[in-house]
Order: sequence, then C-alpha cells, then structure tokens
Amino acid sequence: MSRLLACFDVRFPTFHLNVDLDVPLSGITAIFGPSGSGKTTLLRCLAGLEQAPNGFMRFGNDIWQDEKIGLSLPLYKRPIGYVFQEPRLFPHYNVRANLLYGYKRIPVDERRIVIEQVVDILDIGHLLERHIHKLSGGEQQRVAIGRALLTSPKLLLLDEPLASLDIQRKQELLPFILRLHQELAVPVIYVSHAITEILQLADRVALLKDGRLVGVGTLNELLTSVTYRGSFGSHRIGAVLDTQIVGHEPQYGLSQLEFSGRRLFVPLQSSAIGQAVRVHILANDVSLVIGKSNAPTSVLNVLEATVQEIREIDHSSVEVLLDIGAPLVAGITRKSLVTLGIKPGDRVFAHIKTVALNEEIID
Amino acid sequence: MGALTELDLSALWVSVRLATITVIVLLIVGTPLAWWLAHTRSRLRPIVEAAVALPIVLPPTVLGFYILIALGPYGPLGQIAHLSLAFTFTGLVIASVFYSMPFVIQPLQSAFEAAGKAPLEAAWSLRASKLDAFLTVISPIALRGYISAIVLGFAHTMGEFGVVLMVGGSIPGETRVLSTTIFEHVEVMEYAQAHAISAFMLTFSFLVLLAVYITNRRFPIHVS
Repeated sequence: MSRLLACFDVRFPTFHLNVDLDVPLSGITAIFGPSGSGKTTLLRCLAGLEQAPNGFMRFGNDIWQDEKIGLSLPLYKRPIGYVFQEPRLFPHYNVRANLLYGYKRIPVDERRIVIEQVVDILDIGHLLERHIHKLSGGEQQRVAIGRALLTSPKLLLLDEPLASLDIQRKQELLPFILRLHQELAVPVIYVSHAITEILQLADRVALLKDGRLVGVGTLNELLTSVTYRGSFGSHRIGAVLDTQIVGHEPQYGLSQLEFSGRRLFVPLQSSAIGQAVRVHILANDVSLVIGKSNAPTSVLNVLEATVQEIREIDHSSVEVLLDIGAPLVAGITRKSLVTLGIKPGDRVFAHIKTVALNEEIID
Repeated sequence: MGALTELDLSALWVSVRLATITVIVLLIVGTPLAWWLAHTRSRLRPIVEAAVALPIVLPPTVLGFYILIALGPYGPLGQIAHLSLAFTFTGLVIASVFYSMPFVIQPLQSAFEAAGKAPLEAAWSLRASKLDAFLTVISPIALRGYISAIVLGFAHTMGEFGVVLMVGGSIPGETRVLSTTIFEHVEVMEYAQAHAISAFMLTFSFLVLLAVYITNRRFPIHVS
C-alpha cells in the first residue's frame, strides 16, 4: 500500500516542529494532541503552506518536497483538498460557484468526484443558489468540505473542521466525514484535539506533543497501550471495535454486530444490515469470569478472551489487556485479580455490560 | 459652464487625461506595492510606508522641485529618456504618480490587510495559481479598496496645483490643467471664469468624496 512520508524540522519563533511521519494512505489518520502541540502547523507543512527549509515529503511515488534539491511544490500543484478551521468560503460567490471554483480548475479527465455525489453526501442540494452569509456555521463547513472534494483530491487534509461548531452541529457533520472516505475512498488526515472526534473517526492516530510525534499506531493500539493511553484521558480507557451490523432482533429491541468472527448485541439500530458501526467498550464496563462458556448470566455480551498482560494501576486496581480477536481492556480490582488468580495466557470470559455506540460517544 | 473658453476646455481635457493615466499607472505599480506593504514582515516596511505617505505632508513645491530636477536633462529620469521631460505631459504624469501615490496605495493596503491571506490559501488549495487566486478572489474581496483608490487617486490628481506649476509650467494643451487655469484667470482679473472653474472643481470634489463615503464604509480613507 502506498504511504505518506514527511520529515519536517522547522523552528518558529516560539516553537519547534520536528516530525518524521510515515503512514499508509488509507482511511482516516488523526493527528491528535493538545492545543499548541503543532497539529495545524504540521498540516500546513504537509500542504506546503509553511516554509520548511529541511523539509521532505513523499506521497506514494511522488516527491512533493525535497529541499535538498530545492523542490517544494506550491499548494496549487499538489492534489490536496484542504478544509481549514474556518470555512473560508468566498463571499463574492454563491454556494454553487464556491463548490465549482476548484472543480473548474482541474483537468476534465481528473474529475473523479462530481457535484451530484458531493451534494448528496453532504446534503447541500437546497443551499446551492444561496449566498454564503445566509448559511449557518455547519452549512458553511459542509460547503467548504464539498468544495475541497470537488477538486478530486488524492489526499484530504481536515484541520479541526468541527472546532467552530456546537455539539449538535458536530454530531450532524461527523457522519458526513465518515461517509467521505467510505464512499469516495480519499485518504484523510484529520487534525483534532477532541478525543470524541478521534474515537468516532480515526483508523490510526499520530500523537503530537510539543512539536514532536510521540506515537503512531491504530486507534486501538494506542488506546489500549500503557504508554499512550494517558494522552486520551483516564476515563476513556478501553477499546474501539469496528463492527458490521449482521442482524436485527426487533422483538427484543436488539441488533447484532460482528467483528473478527465474534458477535455483540446492542440496542436496535436503524442502519441496514451490512452497515459499519464503531463501538467503544470502556475498561470499567468489562468484568472477567473464569469457567464454562455456557454458565447462565444476564449479561448478553460474553466473549471468550485470552489474557495478554496485567498492568498495575494503583494499590486497589489493575487493568487486564485481553485478546478477543482485537484488543480489549478490563478494569478490575486487585482483590478480584487475586481471587481469579489469572495470569497472561489464561482463557477467561469477558462480560461486557455496556457497548457504547458511535453516536453515543460524546463529551 | 457657459463661461468656459476653448482654453479652459482644453485644460479640463488635460486634467482628465492626466488623472486617468496617473490612476492606471498607480494601479499597476501600486497593487504589488500595497500587497507587499500589507503582508510583509520586512523591517523596511515602515520606511517604505513613510516614503509613500510623504506627498501628504510635503509642500507640493518641494516635491515639484525635486521632480523637476530629476526630469531635467541632467536628472536621472532625463538621462534615461535622453531629453528633458520637464514641462511635458509625460513629466506631468511622472510627477502626478508620485504626488497621488498615497491616495491609491493606502486604500489598497487597508483592503488587502482586511482581506488577509486566508482566502488566498483557500484558493491555492482549490488549484488556483497565485495570479488566478489574486484576480478571482482577492481583488473582488478588495473591490471597495479599489474603488476608493481609483476615485481618490483621480480626484487628487485633478486637484493638484503646486507640483503641476513647478513641473508642467502651464503650457496650453500640454501641461495646463484646470487648477492652474484658475490661477491664471485670477491673475488677469477674469473672475467670472475663475468662478466657473472653481465652482466646477468644488462640486466635482464634493461629489467624488460623497460617492466614496456612501459606497465605502469599510475601509478607512486617509485624507490629510
């Protein structure tokens, strides 16, 4: 699979960006870190908007920047779609003219994404003839995303596109962003300092701190790792599973999800069978049982698991890293650990009390 | 207008021609300069800004004197042209460009500062080259600045007197403009004609400023 390679070592008056990024060009890669960690600057470097004297960047097989030979493609020559924190729509054009601004500027044979598609995904058909100042913040940001998509970019850079929106608008826009890469297959680099957005969107995360990359991995690897989970906030400890809806049981008000051959029950979903659903299972919602798999229990979601690692948290609690075909974390007391007597390699049953669905992951 | 003679009408024509050409030259020269002033972080910026603003505070005779020297057969501009540009229409255009520069640069600079770089970056991200982005995004956003610049530059050139007298010498049909015509009418006690032209200039100037203030409330207009 083709990859994105980027090395930047840039000193700014107040801050030093020093990153060496290597990620596959697929799905959504989140650049996550606290405010001031350099996320936006890194994104601007990727776009060629910042002077990076020693910069190097390779997109698949194309070199976009190699300062050793004095090469740095200007942004307008890079096949990038960029959505800024503010919508930056052109006030002298209406919505349609904004959408078509980039579309008209790319060669006809490179137009893979057409206006009907974008209008449909972003639900902006009723806005096309409107003036920019008549749009709400969420509508403006949707048009900005659409405008970027219509350049048929090979890489979409999103800089906290939800930051200026209220929580309701955020929830409205998130599904659109998910659909973007599912339906249009454009790799996305998504900058955010909001863990909720990362949990819902990211396939892989690059953790940025004080201008340096401190960790890169899949969301689940980082969420379940001792080294990095602190970056996400202690109450977020747990695992994220990407599942598919495989069945509905309306008589019980339940839907069935599948991942790695395992099944989970969740409250009845409105989405159709086959739809992708991401769930988040917090460590504190997982308890462990040793014994037969058919032991009766009121808990619906019981999964066989292998103990991989036991981590000391404090004098009363421990965390157990499990393998259920994907990583899962259980938070239990030290007393329970002693009672169960489990050690790495043991088979146990994970009782999952709550499965948080994608849209329920909110602040 | 009935009191205007043929000579007065030719002075009006010279004034309009001079103001039009001056504004066109200033828009071509002033756009990149104003853009640079609006966005540069160079230490030279205040020096250039002060130099551009000089004609606002300098007595027109001082400016006129130096331009006269420069345009003369031994001045730098005269050397380039291989002849004396003093007392010619071309010389007058050169003088007017300097004299009216702040009135074109300042509204453009304010407009570019107000527009910022954000729309430009957005345009680049949509495959617009630098020139394309400037023409299709920045100039429409800065349109009011351009209207101010054009109107003020034109009106200010129409109204110049001291510099014209120093550099142009009021040669009929060549360098005699409306403002110098009034002076000459008064000198020979032709008050009726002086009245007519003065009233015209007064009305013209007021209407121009009125138009600017009505159409343009966003960008500050620096009129000394």
